[in-house]
Amino acid sequence: MKKLLIALLFTFVSTSAYAGGHSPCGVTDGSIKILANEFTTYRIFMDEVKSCAGPSADFSVTHSVDHNKLQVAALSANPAEFSAKLVTNGSITTLMNDDLIRPLDDLVAKYGSALQDNQKIVIDGKIYAIAFMANAQHLWYRESILNDLGIAVPSTYEEVIAAAEKIKASGKMANPYAGAFKSGWNLGQEFVNMYLGHGGDFFKTGTAEVSVNNAKGVAALNMLKRLTEVSNPDFLTQDTNAVKEEWESGNVALMHIWNSGAASLLDDEGDQAIKADTRLAPSPSVGGGSKPATTLWWDGFGIATNTSDENAEASFRALLGAATSTEMANANPNATIWLIDGYSPGDTAGPVVDAANRGATPYPSLPYMSLLHGALSTELVEFLQGNESAEKALADVEAAYVAKATEQGFL
Amino acid sequence: MPHRTFFWFFFPSGLAMLLFIGLPIISSFFQSLHIEPEQILMEVEKCDPFGCKTETKVDIEATTKLQEEQPLGRFNGLGTYGDRNHLAFDEIKEAWTNSSSIAEFTDILLNLPFYKALLFTLTFCFAVTPPVVVLGFIVALSVNTITKSLKGPTIFGVILPMIVTPLIGSLVLFWMIDAKGILGSFIQFLFDDPNLSLKSSSQLTWITLIIYGIWHNTPFAFVVFYAALQTVPQDPIEAAIIDGASRYERVRHIVIPHLYPVATFIILICLMDNFRVLEPIIGFAAEGVAQSLSWMIYNDLRSENKMLFGSAGATSMLTIIGVAILLTPVLIRTWREFRTER
Repeated sequence: MKKLLIALLFTFVSTSAYAGGHSPCGVTDGSIKILANEFTTYRIFMDEVKSCAGPSADFSVTHSVDHNKLQVAALSANPAEFSAKLVTNGSITTLMNDDLIRPLDDLVAKYGSALQDNQKIVIDGKIYAIAFMANAQHLWYRESILNDLGIAVPSTYEEVIAAAEKIKASGKMANPYAGAFKSGWNLGQEFVNMYLGHGGDFFKTGTAEVSVNNAKGVAALNMLKRLTEVSNPDFLTQDTNAVKEEWESGNVALMHIWNSGAASLLDDEGDQAIKADTRLAPSPSVGGGSKPATTLWWDGFGIATNTSDENAEASFRALLGAATSTEMANANPNATIWLIDGYSPGDTAGPVVDAANRGATPYPSLPYMSLLHGALSTELVEFLQGNESAEKALADVEAAYVAKATEQGFL
Repeated sequence: MPHRTFFWFFFPSGLAMLLFIGLPIISSFFQSLHIEPEQILMEVEKCDPFGCKTETKVDIEATTKLQEEQPLGRFNGLGTYGDRNHLAFDEIKEAWTNSSSIAEFTDILLNLPFYKALLFTLTFCFAVTPPVVVLGFIVALSVNTITKSLKGPTIFGVILPMIVTPLIGSLVLFWMIDAKGILGSFIQFLFDDPNLSLKSSSQLTWITLIIYGIWHNTPFAFVVFYAALQTVPQDPIEAAIIDGASRYERVRHIVIPHLYPVATFIILICLMDNFRVLEPIIGFAAEGVAQSLSWMIYNDLRSENKMLFGSAGATSMLTIIGVAILLTPVLIRTWREFRTER
């Protein structure tokens, strides 16, 4: 946790010194095919990757919000459909489980002299991914609306609900809160945040045995339910991008979404009055806890195992060029928190650093976490629609997880 | 047609069916009997921007070795078919003994993923098919009567819903029924309820999906009926006109009996198609409230982790059995008609 802060502070004083080695950019051999999530910061990053690869490179990138669903099938084929995948601490475990990304030590030794140590994702002594940004979900608010109604910036979820109800009562907005509650990965993530905020543990220590059906789980679900009551009634169909659109249309005064959302929310497109009124705040805590109800994420890239060494090297070089581009980072200081050497964080970095300082945990990188996340994605809907009790919903989550984990060989 | 000629005529498509339909079904069946080999876990040190710590990871070498020994995975017999995500025998038995009323039992049953999906799939099938047949027939009759010069454009307009890719069609409608979309706000205006949202309740979502299903499938029924209408013999119709039969009587007593076998065919195909409903669920982002059997297979193969081939195979087998059961009455009927005609 502290390391992130130190790294961020370190970037203020460090001077980027190029310490020799091969220059990564200007790829001529091999083809580069990248699979990545779809949001503005990744687009900025990919533009840099493309320009690093150079005009003569065989370069293509597929942006998809369904990247996690595509990755296993696409990288299992031999040769794989993609030579590289942008990964996070959430998605890397799935790829590691099946040995779908390769160790990068040789390539790092050859080209990676400009990398910072904290960019290297080292698992069991080998580098499997290179991180380039840190991200977390946190609170966003509309300053003028909170000021007009004399509401202080909420620091707990209980205050968020009180604030939302006050805005609703004032008649300014019908559904003042928004979160990415779309059934599927997003909904699962909302529960993960809230459950960790209540101090819960997903598994019995050291085993794959799930344990979410407890008082903390019920409290987390009830809090999500109360949040959905002050959200747009279509909340089950809204992912992060849809929430951002709601925000830019001025329908929402409070939301809990990704820090990287700044790249599109604070750009020069859209309603400038709303942009000028948009403020970032730390992620709220919940249920009297001190930890913020959010998770820390790093985003990076991994190189497919099932691709030729030539393509792997080409992809690594282009991606590394962007992942060490101080210029790109400083040209877009508010797009996210870059982990790149020589980057001076913009004024939007605060909430993520704050989350790290207040003890937010990184998203659990356990081999069976994605199975639980999948079970959460589908089994919580009926509770949020009011057709099922919280205990029943959590019992369903556990049962669905057990069936899947048994079939996968974890139990 | 002599049997020999028929055989050679049928042989190429028969072979293709065997290779591309028969063999995959057999392979799915075998896969459904197996589950993944045991995952060997190990503790390793993991370092990332947030620090270093000891974490669990799959021991790839040991697990790969196990996988090479058993490429299909561990034999599980019919275990996958009986687990909670499929037929859920244990859960049903428990629910039967523990629930005090039929309503409570039904509640528990319909909360199990397979039965929840089955309920939606069957509802969709039986709510979509009859209107499709009726509407298709009415549209075909109407188009058949308009003047020749207008027929071409009209037919094109009518079959447009079928030409539009289901995913695109449902996405377009999805945006239109959004609370701020043209249809969504019109419905709010109509019912004078600014909070009314077609996407927020499961009932309304189901109704939306069913209406979409009817919209998408009607052209198919129309095309088949329209083609069949061209074969209606003109002599009895002229005779009926001379006898003073009204238009309704002519349709009721001459056209409908003539089109009967065609209707059976349309019902058969529609039931089969609708039992495999998938795209509208994805397009309408309705996974949360409406799951079909096909969606379960899709979800097993495209979840965030390793593809659950065993689970998907089992659901596929159950879907095939479901289609077979659904079609049995229609097939028996066709067979009887065939026998009597001989």
